[in-house]
Amino acid sequence: MPAETARPGTALPEPLRARPVPRPGRWISGAVVLVLAAMVVNALVTNPNFRWDTVWLYLRDVNVVRGVGWTLVLTFGSMAIAVVLAVLLAVMRRSDNPVMRWVSWVYIWFFRGTPIYTQLVFWGLISVLYPRLSLGVPFGPELLVVDTRTVITAFWAALIGLALNEAAYLAEIVRAGLGSVDAGQAEAARALGMKEGKILRRIVLPQAMRVIVPPTGNETISMLKTTSLVVAVPFTLEITYATSAIGSRTFQPIPLLIVAALWYLLITSVLMVGQHHLERHYGRGVAGGSGGGRRRRARPSGTGGPGGGRLGRQAAIQRAGTTREDPFVEVTP
Amino acid sequence: MSATTVPPSDGMPDGLPDAPMVEARGLHKVFGHGADALHVLRGVDLEVPRGAVCVVLGPSGSGKSTLLRCFNELEEITAGSVHVDGERLGYREDAKGVLHRLHPTRIAAQRSRIGMVFQRFHLFGHQTALENVMEAPVQVRGLSRRAARERALELLDRVGLADRVDHYPVQLSGGQQQRVAIARALAMDPDLMLFDEPTSALDPELVGEVLAVMKDLAASGMTMVVVTHEIGFAREVADHVVFMDDGAIVEQGPPAQVLDSPSEPRLQEFLAHVL
Repeated sequence: MPAETARPGTALPEPLRARPVPRPGRWISGAVVLVLAAMVVNALVTNPNFRWDTVWLYLRDVNVVRGVGWTLVLTFGSMAIAVVLAVLLAVMRRSDNPVMRWVSWVYIWFFRGTPIYTQLVFWGLISVLYPRLSLGVPFGPELLVVDTRTVITAFWAALIGLALNEAAYLAEIVRAGLGSVDAGQAEAARALGMKEGKILRRIVLPQAMRVIVPPTGNETISMLKTTSLVVAVPFTLEITYATSAIGSRTFQPIPLLIVAALWYLLITSVLMVGQHHLERHYGRGVAGGSGGGRRRRARPSGTGGPGGGRLGRQAAIQRAGTTREDPFVEVTP
Repeated sequence: MSATTVPPSDGMPDGLPDAPMVEARGLHKVFGHGADALHVLRGVDLEVPRGAVCVVLGPSGSGKSTLLRCFNELEEITAGSVHVDGERLGYREDAKGVLHRLHPTRIAAQRSRIGMVFQRFHLFGHQTALENVMEAPVQVRGLSRRAARERALELLDRVGLADRVDHYPVQLSGGQQQRVAIARALAMDPDLMLFDEPTSALDPELVGEVLAVMKDLAASGMTMVVVTHEIGFAREVADHVVFMDDGAIVEQGPPAQVLDSPSEPRLQEFLAHVL
């Protein structure tokens, strides 16, 4: 019996030492790729047309840094609004009420089905379409009237445009997440006397987050770059417009494109780290997940019933370094 | 242990002291409509007295799980009535005899007094054992976290899991998960406990630990309805054994009578297969 053999000796056995299989192909392909990479780097560094000195100069330009700030505000602002809307839309899609399901379906159909650029132009023109916004009884008296241009400025038009579009995509992600949670979870909560709203908030959503977070991280990174389209509104303070304006003023478009690209890369890298930590947090309580984030892990002591050591085993496998654990791996449903 | 672990339900209209804890009358359940309709329960009458343990046996597809799920309204009944502790589940009859569906809040309140243990445990995966047991007392009863925690630790100790309180469900064996699930149900101080094949999803060597907890619970005076295939448990613990087939109760009575001298041929055949 194989299980018995491990028992008598307490010390771990000496691992087998053997010559690896010769793999000349690996060395050759590696060398080829390295040479190609060196050629690319050489082409980037030695070409004077890139004007790396100008890139370095404008990387820290006050208008550029301010542009980065506006890009971040647009990205996180629109994502925050979109997440709230998306949860609402996803819950409406699952509602017993056919009106709710239908409204949610039409919303997603429309905002996913028309280009974001068109939507942004539309929001920019909202004050032409509706010069005055009024709150009142339909076809009856108006209670509150405001000038559209004073309320929906270019910034708000850009923010709303991005958020409403993104909500449609996120709603589908949230819906997939809610659907991924075993129906038994809600049933058990119901049997305990919990009400539907609380079941969603306390039981289903937290477990759906494991499925929702990775694609939402993806969407956030995508949104970072979509913000460059708000020139359609037109909103002209974010990084792409700010750098291209400097580029055309100084007749050096290429270095300033690189400036923008470097900033996008930097922000994306920071976002990826944040996503990794979020995934760890919501992966707790999942076998094989890198659970535990905020919480303590299973105590190593204890008798360890069958399955009790499962997480420890998984951790040991990962520590051995024979499997790949890529924090930047992106998962889409 | 005496019945002290089952405090009287407060604020609820208690039935007569001698009224049964569960009373099903003419219970029908039909799934689907028209040609696809599936008549799963065909007029079930059942009484479970206070403090009794009722074991429901039957081949798969006989409707025993559905019957159990009707006892805490996880299934909406098609016809008939279910009373638990003298209160009709899900409906209210007004003075003129008109039936009203109860508000979901009221139904949730009724469910909160009935504990349920599932075949597949259904522990909340994102919460530790302790958090699982604390969840309903805090969220439904509005108990303080401190009080809920104290009670949860007590219950986990009672089911023999004092050293596993901080483990997530995936870190527990099936038997341990099911014991946490029992503690979770007990945390609501239920008047009635329902068990839906609690040991069917367990490895054979883990069945005993769950049955032991259930025996202890029965001895403490808890009213229990148990759907199971564990004939030994039925013989040892049950006050009343019910055999169901094809959506109806075919035979019922004390375990000795039903299990040892069955009169129904279908029950004889079933026991021959199970034993």
